[in-house]
Amino acid sequence: MGLKSWIEAPAARVAGSNRSVANLVRGAVTRLTTPLLPDDYLHLVNPLWSARELRGRIVEVRPETADSATLVIKPGWGFDFDYQPGQYIGIGIPVEGRWHWRSYSLTSAPNVDHRLISITVKAMPEGFLSSHLVTGVPSGTVVRLAAPTGNFALPEPPPEKILFLTAGSGITPVMSMLRTMDRRGDLPDVVHVHSAPTEDAVMFADELERLSAAHPSLRCHVRHTRSQGKFELASLDEVCPDWRERQTWACGPLAMLDEIEQTWEREGIAPRLHLERFAVSRADLSGAGGTVTFGRAGKAVEADGATTLLEAGEKAGVLMPFGCRMGICQTCVVPLASGHAVDLRNGKEHSEGERIQTCISAAAGDCTLDV
Amino acid sequence: MAITDINEFAHLTDNDIEALGRELDEIRRDVEESRGHRDARYIRRVIRLQRSLELGGRAVLFGSRRRPAWVAGTAMLSLAKIIENMELGHNVMHGQWDWMNDPEIHSTTWEWDQTGPSEHWKRAHNYSHHTYTNIVGMDDDVGFGILRMTRDEKWRPINLLQPVANVILAAGFEWGIALHDLKAQKVLEGVDPMQWNSAPNKEFAIKIARQVGKDFVLFPALTGRAWKHTLTANATANLVRNLWAYAVIFCGHFPDGAEKFTAEQFETETRAQWYLRQMLGSANIDAGPVMGFLTGNLSYQIEHHLFPDLPSNRYPEMAVRVRALCDKYDLPYTTGPLSRQYLLALRTIHKLALPDRLLKRTSHDAPETSSERKFDATGSRIGEALRVDPDTGRRRGLLSALRAHADARVQRRRAGRRPAEVI
Ligand code: FES
Repeated sequence: MGLKSWIEAPAARVAGSNRSVANLVRGAVTRLTTPLLPDDYLHLVNPLWSARELRGRIVEVRPETADSATLVIKPGWGFDFDYQPGQYIGIGIPVEGRWHWRSYSLTSAPNVDHRLISITVKAMPEGFLSSHLVTGVPSGTVVRLAAPTGNFALPEPPPEKILFLTAGSGITPVMSMLRTMDRRGDLPDVVHVHSAPTEDAVMFADELERLSAAHPSLRCHVRHTRSQGKFELASLDEVCPDWRERQTWACGPLAMLDEIEQTWEREGIAPRLHLERFAVSRADLSGAGGTVTFGRAGKAVEADGATTLLEAGEKAGVLMPFGCRMGICQTCVVPLASGHAVDLRNGKEHSEGERIQTCISAAAGDCTLDV
Repeated sequence: MAITDINEFAHLTDNDIEALGRELDEIRRDVEESRGHRDARYIRRVIRLQRSLELGGRAVLFGSRRRPAWVAGTAMLSLAKIIENMELGHNVMHGQWDWMNDPEIHSTTWEWDQTGPSEHWKRAHNYSHHTYTNIVGMDDDVGFGILRMTRDEKWRPINLLQPVANVILAAGFEWGIALHDLKAQKVLEGVDPMQWNSAPNKEFAIKIARQVGKDFVLFPALTGRAWKHTLTANATANLVRNLWAYAVIFCGHFPDGAEKFTAEQFETETRAQWYLRQMLGSANIDAGPVMGFLTGNLSYQIEHHLFPDLPSNRYPEMAVRVRALCDKYDLPYTTGPLSRQYLLALRTIHKLALPDRLLKRTSHDAPETSSERKFDATGSRIGEALRVDPDTGRRRGLLSALRAHADARVQRRRAGRRPAEVI
């Protein structure tokens, strides 16, 4: 280990670890602040002054439609603004003292100058968090962030001919792509077919109009399904006769995406299709259990709703940490990487992004543990 | 022998204990369901206070060549270390704040300001101690492997040194804990205790280097000509924290009335009996809000042992309900002022340093160790104890039996002292 990496070592895992000068300082000072990081003290002054974990502050909540709003967020240290348009971020929002974790597409264009990002959230029926975000979250709220990821992204440079097929809030990742191409002043031949129930429910309606006016190469077909009926894929030949030659990005409800996928496969042009599935997986509280995947161990096992995740893992031959096996010692806690689990003692639901006690939790639908 | 049959000792039937267990579950549920914004704000404020005290203390110690600065800085640093270890480290690592889903205040990520690595401590404390609480031979916290705290352990000549060992343990408490946890970790990982470069040893070495390096090398060096004063200040802060933590732990586990149990009891134990064991095995300290805070709310040791993973700021309200339950089932609720609880623990330490033949009472009936057979003399058994007192309408259980037992002893002693009158 060289001297530099020795000094940096304590800060090696912080979020902004690509900036080595900052981490050199951070690592050196950590010798004094151990067992904490200097960031733990700095964020007492300003919650954004920490790269121990990505954070951001909501600076504006802008209504888009009656049930959707754009949250403009100023990320703190360590956030990488070099994301690709179309990618999503994880965001943690505090509600009643508890952090809730969800993923949303970025609607902003990668934008280094303004140091702001945005996501647009549509309130889902029964989706308590999305409703909270649309109607209840005040500016100034500090949120946790996860670095942008996802392969639903616009390559650089963009292909010459593009087709966007979106519906509802599926427009959000595409909005980021459109804005990016607009900013660069280089918008190739784009056909965008978007569906929303009514005229009022179309997110970014004004901006879509403005963009189409500014770029003759962009053709937007907005469909109001309640009055005009559902957009049938069969009618693609009319709005976009050359759809088979285009690189296509599609995002919307699962049924629509499945149909698109089948059509593209039938046509033998599947490689030209990019899909983003926002499967809002729901917890299956029927007690039927599900498939438990052990991410790091690369194993999976079926478990019923009465088998604890700890037992399921042990049966599958995964090295699971454990102690008391009765829910008191917290030795068995591991992160729930995706899906849902349920606390067998009180029926409480846990979802993606939480850490759970495997000895007293069972699968509620398919889930993945980070062990 | 320590308690082998908890029902018999507690003067409760299976049904009683199940009912008690359900009432305790209800307390747990109520607290779980009402956790929210206020609790989250509480822990954040504590963190803020602790870090400000630590920063302030370190800053003031730059002037530590002047006496008032030394005193102020040392006091702030001691306080910071106490809060960090007790209200923050101990409680966060118990998972009391895991419900917030905040990775920075979470049992899996917290590293505390003590020589022992958190990972080791969690294993030895959260798991071993809290699962096998006070089971002689299974819970290594009974005497920490250094002190003989129950008559169930055989006396060895080395126990004569107990008074000295006690002082050393108190002054170097964090080291005692760290070594104790290291041993437990090695047993768990199955590594040869003599292998010097084992993983637990390495983790331990790194943590020590960081902790000692910070307090005894880097900060003194940074304060330049005041280095000697900074060094003594830091050493004092560590010592103060050690003594305080030691006192709180001893008051929570070793005063008279904190019972010990046998492995037999554990083998057939139900969940409700587990609760009962926690209740009978722990002791509280009478404390107001400030003292309670400084003990990390371990002044509510009974409540902590019943609900180790519920937020510490809720222990005072839980205590009211637990106490009411003790009343209802006629169980003792062992509590007392810090000084008394500590003196009782100290008495046990000194008494058990002596060989058994110098001790009067047996391991069934001594102030510090007792079992269900304690009541053989008074003949108090479950069957009759379950009777309801005709005068008061109250249930007569363990507490009444203990009182009757004590009265009988006093009378016997009086009778013994005045033989002439008897004749
Ligand atoms: S093993 Fe102890 S809490 Fe799960």
